[in-house]
Amino acid sequence: MVGSHKKSTKVIVSILLVLGGLFAGFPVLWMFISSLKSNTEIFAWPPKFIDIHFNLNNYSAVLGDSEKVRFFINSYAISGLVVLFTLFIGIMAAYAFSRFDFPFKETINTVIVSVQAIPPIVLLIPYMSLIVTLKIFNTYFALLLTYMVFTLPYCILMMTGYFNTISTNLDEAVMIDGGSRWRACWGILVPISIPGIISVGMYTFMQAWNEYLFALTLTKTNDMRTVPVGINLLMGQHTYDWGQMMAMSCLGSLPVLVLFIFFQKYFIAGMSSGAIKG
Amino acid sequence: MRKVKKAATPYLFLAPTIILMVVLLVIPICMIFQYSFLNNAIVEKSPEIVGFKNYSKILGDKDFWNAVRNTIFFVLVSVAAHMGLGMGFAMLLNSSYFTRKTKTIARVIYVLPWMFTASVIAILWKLMLQPQGIVDYLLAFVHLATKDTQWLSERSVALYTITFVNIWCGYPFYMISLLAGLQGISSDLYECSALDGAASGQQFLHITVPQLKPIIISISMLDFVWSIQSFAVIWMMTGGGPAKKTETLSIFIYKLAFNSSKYALASAASVIVLIICIIAAVFYVRQQKKARD
Repeated sequence: MVGSHKKSTKVIVSILLVLGGLFAGFPVLWMFISSLKSNTEIFAWPPKFIDIHFNLNNYSAVLGDSEKVRFFINSYAISGLVVLFTLFIGIMAAYAFSRFDFPFKETINTVIVSVQAIPPIVLLIPYMSLIVTLKIFNTYFALLLTYMVFTLPYCILMMTGYFNTISTNLDEAVMIDGGSRWRACWGILVPISIPGIISVGMYTFMQAWNEYLFALTLTKTNDMRTVPVGINLLMGQHTYDWGQMMAMSCLGSLPVLVLFIFFQKYFIAGMSSGAIKG
Repeated sequence: MRKVKKAATPYLFLAPTIILMVVLLVIPICMIFQYSFLNNAIVEKSPEIVGFKNYSKILGDKDFWNAVRNTIFFVLVSVAAHMGLGMGFAMLLNSSYFTRKTKTIARVIYVLPWMFTASVIAILWKLMLQPQGIVDYLLAFVHLATKDTQWLSERSVALYTITFVNIWCGYPFYMISLLAGLQGISSDLYECSALDGAASGQQFLHITVPQLKPIIISISMLDFVWSIQSFAVIWMMTGGGPAKKTETLSIFIYKLAFNSSKYALASAASVIVLIICIIAAVFYVRQQKKARD
């Protein structure tokens, strides 16, 4: 009796598992299939699942268009720069929070935590005039600096937590040997913290790669656009060439997916501790 | 001298962060408050102070209240559905019915929607939801749709559609956080209660939920704020239409500022949204402190 009850539970749970997989995975699969179809096949009714003339024309069209390739170059450059600067500045700040007690520590910390609650749209209006005043409108700098407002807090909080788990004896040993705080931070703590740095770096990359609102508003010319804005531009230009848009979407999602597959463990650790530690 | 240097060290490490945060966070927030009291900002060369006029104008604008209503629906349904789906998926991934390998594969698939950027999500769902698209095809089997249901341009359903898409792309964050929480609950607790004859429903209510309470509160606060801010997916899928039926506060502010150049009015609306978010943040930070102690 108990056995058959357990068995039927297992069947129900298995069905739920598969349904969940379809809910999450089918749209993604459909995007990939569509990227291999021609535009006429995409509009076919009933929709075609298997009997498709699979071809890579959409991909070659996207990769052969220098304007679209430029979107990718911009996205890689900006996201890479954001990761580098966020880690550099964030690690320094995290070191200060972890190793020192100083006036206004709590205040500064509160400001940093609360950034998560500030809607980007609120900052966008002042940014319009600020970025123009600083003469960096429609440049990488405009996006680099504004993205860092949102990537730094996570980096600082995560890295402070990480550094707190490392004994201060290590710093003291460096300083007894005549080394500086700077060396203790970069020479000792950073090498030990590589796993933490990887997960923070990936999360930062993802935030920068996916950002849309600032990229839309703070850049103007097509040669400065990033992938998320570029994909959306295609919609207007080609009057719904779905095949190409899907190919570009797949290509645009690739970096984050590849990072995710290789560093799944770090990624998931980063995501869950983000919610627990703030 | 040495003492001064020692006292200054933490600030030197913090200097780049502080400069960035002052220039790009503190000053802009002051600017938005200032703008909200002017007759117009940015486009106006010599703006005048008009006091609370912008606020009274915004609060008397029926489009603003329409956006508030849409936002409340969007946020509440999103947060509730994210929680339900996230919890359900997390429990599936934590169940003892499957092998480790199955669970690993399932986890990768379940987390997929979180990996995509807003414009990909928007375009992908636009393709799937277009009349005679795949969603119509699949739902026609169960008679939930016809061959050409206008998911995004029919006034009565557009808001439900974008909320659904937001639910689809947001639940993995809950799932991963809750899964980490579930794995942290000692199995002794369940074993003890099983000996006491507790059913699984009771276990869920009396062990799982209380144990996960800190995580549940902090992720829903974060999601509450994120959903209020949600812009990109809605903007790209409907642009606020049809007939403002999907216009949320972010879209309302964006249009006011960047389509109509009414920066001062948009600033006043921004300040209102900011205050709501700050109240949520204060609550969130308090919760974090409680969890830490």
